[in-house]
Amino acid sequence: MRLTRYGAGFVALALALTACGGAGESDGGGQQAADSAVGITKDTVTIGTHQPLTGPAAPGYSKISVGARAVFQAINDGGGINGRKIDYKVEDDGYNPTKTVEVVKKLVLQDKVFAIVGGLGTPTHSKVVDYLNTEGVPDLLVSSGALAWDNPQKAPMTFGYQVDYTREGKIQGKYIKDTFAGKKIGYFTQNDDVGRDTQAGLDQFVKDQTVVRQGYDSANTDVTPQLSALKTAGAEVVVCECIPAFTALAILAAAKIGYKPQFVVSSIGADPATLSGLLQDFAKRGGASVSSAQLLSGLIGTGYLPDVAQTSDPWVAYFKGIHDKYIPKEPLTNTLFYGMVQAYTFAQALKAAGPDPTRQKIVDAMSSGALKGPGLTPFGFSKDSHSGYTGAYVFKINPDTTTTVIQPPSVTDRGTGAITAYTGERATPEQVNLLGK
Amino acid sequence: MQEFLDLTLGGISAGAVYAALGLALVIIYRATRVVNFAQPALALISTYLAYSVTKATGSYWLGFAVAIVAGTVLGVATERLLIRPLRHRSELSSIIVTLGLLLVLQAIAGMIWSNEPLAFPYAFDFRGRFSANDLFVVLIVLAIAGLVLVVFKYTPLGLRMRAAAFAPDVARTLGVRVGLMLTVGWGLAAAVGSLAGLLATPPFLFPNVLDGVFVYALTAAVLGGLDNPLGTIAGGFVLGVGLSYVSGYFGPEMVTIAALAILVVVLIVRPSGLFGRAKVRRV
Amino acid sequence: MTVRTSLPETRVETAAKKRTLPPLLRHTLFALAAFAAVVLLTLVTDEFTNLRLATIGYYLIAVAGLTLLTGLTGQVSLGHGAFMFIGAYTVALLVKHVPSFPLWADLLLASAAGGLAGLLAGAAAARLRGPYLAGATLALAVGLPALTRRFQDFLGGSNGLSFTVHSRPSGVAVPELRWQTWIVWLSVLIALVLVVNVVRGRLGRDFRAVRDDEVAASLSGIAVGRTKILAFLISAVCGGLAGGLQAFLLGTAAPGSFTPALSLSLLAAVVLGGLGSLWGALWGAVALVYFQAWSEDLADVLHLNTDVANNLPLAVYGVILIVVVLAFPRGIQGGFQKLRGLLRRPAEKKENHETH
Repeated sequence: MRLTRYGAGFVALALALTACGGAGESDGGGQQAADSAVGITKDTVTIGTHQPLTGPAAPGYSKISVGARAVFQAINDGGGINGRKIDYKVEDDGYNPTKTVEVVKKLVLQDKVFAIVGGLGTPTHSKVVDYLNTEGVPDLLVSSGALAWDNPQKAPMTFGYQVDYTREGKIQGKYIKDTFAGKKIGYFTQNDDVGRDTQAGLDQFVKDQTVVRQGYDSANTDVTPQLSALKTAGAEVVVCECIPAFTALAILAAAKIGYKPQFVVSSIGADPATLSGLLQDFAKRGGASVSSAQLLSGLIGTGYLPDVAQTSDPWVAYFKGIHDKYIPKEPLTNTLFYGMVQAYTFAQALKAAGPDPTRQKIVDAMSSGALKGPGLTPFGFSKDSHSGYTGAYVFKINPDTTTTVIQPPSVTDRGTGAITAYTGERATPEQVNLLGK
Repeated sequence: MQEFLDLTLGGISAGAVYAALGLALVIIYRATRVVNFAQPALALISTYLAYSVTKATGSYWLGFAVAIVAGTVLGVATERLLIRPLRHRSELSSIIVTLGLLLVLQAIAGMIWSNEPLAFPYAFDFRGRFSANDLFVVLIVLAIAGLVLVVFKYTPLGLRMRAAAFAPDVARTLGVRVGLMLTVGWGLAAAVGSLAGLLATPPFLFPNVLDGVFVYALTAAVLGGLDNPLGTIAGGFVLGVGLSYVSGYFGPEMVTIAALAILVVVLIVRPSGLFGRAKVRRV
Repeated sequence: MTVRTSLPETRVETAAKKRTLPPLLRHTLFALAAFAAVVLLTLVTDEFTNLRLATIGYYLIAVAGLTLLTGLTGQVSLGHGAFMFIGAYTVALLVKHVPSFPLWADLLLASAAGGLAGLLAGAAAARLRGPYLAGATLALAVGLPALTRRFQDFLGGSNGLSFTVHSRPSGVAVPELRWQTWIVWLSVLIALVLVVNVVRGRLGRDFRAVRDDEVAASLSGIAVGRTKILAFLISAVCGGLAGGLQAFLLGTAAPGSFTPALSLSLLAAVVLGGLGSLWGALWGAVALVYFQAWSEDLADVLHLNTDVANNLPLAVYGVILIVVVLAFPRGIQGGFQKLRGLLRRPAEKKENHETH
């Protein structure tokens, strides 16, 4: 009996330490970090990001930071921003939320980064938003189209980047309703927030026409059962809200079962360069009738950045110059381009934050709404909105895998607001003049 | 009805791949009582080599042949360098060593060919509800399985291999070169594993591509009985078709849960698999 | 494969104490000393090192549980991440839906939930041997997290759940991470005291008897099936607690955290540390955290091309696993023992003959 008393004492100590009210969430508290210039020295700015460089999610995403790094190198070689070189630390989280929390805390506590730029993924990044906002660390240009990044009240340091899934769904939905009136529509969506949020947008326009909804699980690459269900239901238009590998898998599975719907693919999975890279080798095997060009021809996609094949676009030419100089061996895809634009946009915000940037100043620069650059639609950044790109254009893949814009950029909100054509002008690289005075 | 047929046919060709990789596990398990967790990585490296050879020469079949040979060499090397020193150690040691090898080989693949997906072609035209390629996959797996069974059961080599595995001391006194037999077992298994890799990989090749297939192959082998090649082949097809129905009728996210459920039910009824021997022999 | 529960350096003293102090008290005192050491360590290190210490803490209890199962009863589990998954989601759901529960209750319930799952798994596993058990537990690690995608509204789908756990009383002016590290280690040490008592007691002897020879064990009156299930139960309680602590520490529970790779690395930690030794569990947990960190730093320092740098940590970890198993069959703890033997030998020679 005496023995248990010692144990009990130890346990009692534990209870005393942990028995301080409920462990549950309570509102309030909130962040109140004083303005700070952590990560800024006379000649450097240290920033960090978390990316899936290895593991099951690496395919498709591991090159984004390669593009970003090339842009930062080009900026540093050009003298940096206000004389400061950008030190870009990339941490591998393997798309594992536990590791994301660890590496982000490492970046903040050990590497003392100024900001987190382009942290990738919804399941991963959603776990560090609270932390970054409590610590007052700018959390800029998150690489995901989830709606959660746009929440200036609760997450004043967090800013989105790509067009959110609901906005994009609305633009897709309206285009389909206008163009394919009366046709049967099927959804093929990733079974997480990508699928859920896009459907919220699509359903505003084509709910009546939709005859079948199929989800895919990113851990299961055999999508033939799902495509077969879409075919059985007679869907003539398939809206594919997929990452690139699953767009390609869907196209191959459709070819396998002799199903020829009109594919409408969202920006995350509609990169023609990546898709034709994935599909190219099927040309040689199955004879002339299955070239990657033919599999892709006629595919309709949405986008907000210029397509890398549009070499006449001043921004494509600009970034292609950086690509050819720093990473000529990497295939120039829209994924690489995504990272390049992201890095460039951060550099713009850093410049706008003035000669003595602080965390508050860069947040102010972001929400000033003054950032204009490579995107074909504008950012939604303002005091009340931290939305990234606010709209998209619609394009079609030509028989030679180049693209043609079939509906010019339009913008909308994430609610039930109207979709309007966007007529604003883009600044050219010369006008932005990032490295100039 | 058509959906049912599509799901069945799709399941058969997926099952053939599980069966092939499962067979590789069984051959090694019979030879050395080791569950080879590095099997997917051995197959992965062979498949990447096939990719490079095909890319360079334009010939799919040359790449195919190189992969099988490379797989055999890798299997032999693994047995000689890593498994033989563990002969008298617990089964856990070999699990950890093969696990370590899995990580190393996957990392090497990523270093050489990057972690991005590469397009890896099918052997034959993949189009059609049961395409030429599906037919090829099923036929070659059945052929190889038949061959392995014949070798095991009816040839002197097979007899020696079985003797070396089940009664090494007796075999040794009878003049069987036990070590050599174990090495042959690993080589044979890795060749079959590489074949499975070539069949399972298309359309895309990346370092983790065979992880899922491996889990199902192990499930198939456990279902069928780890020392029973025929049971494993059957287990592979049953699992392939079963999981295809689950994916089609209940949703793709249910597939892994279903695999677990099937495994648990079978093992509760038959702890050594459907066709396994009731008592596991100790060597 | 003896289970050592005392520091090598203090072996003589504890041997003396053994005669005077009852084991539970001895272990409790030792745990208190260990807790004091951890607190001291957190005070002299920075916040991020605190986080790593806390990470070692929850891995330690998971690895210790697995050591008990695999090292003591010889049941190989490739699916212990599944119990962590259950523990983490228990804490997550309690924090979100029953916010009035204190943290210690959440953690107790997480352990209980893990234990319940372990009871079921153990009952199914008791009849399985070797590779069959390995295969079944691997399927558990792969299959269970998929439940989150089946019940998206409740379990958050593949995004999982994120939340903030309040544990620090408002009056305490200690950095959040430091406080959390203390809580983690306190919970871990309490659990370890209980585990050590099991291991050193009658049940521990039963475990070893079952591992060494089931037939002999059952002849000597041990209920083999029941003993194996009990080992699974205790081990899963540890796993559940580890998961709960992870959720508490990081504020997340998501399926992407509980991959088969987690389960396999727990088993690797058991072997790395030294199979069958609870001290080995500590080294294994340290190795799990620091090998990864060091190899990532190495990749940074070497300025390799991206494809090589990205994959280097994985390769280094794999090589370490292979080398340790081949060259140090008894893991890090075995290495320490060998080292101590070598150091002692000259001294011992004077007094008595070598006996081993």
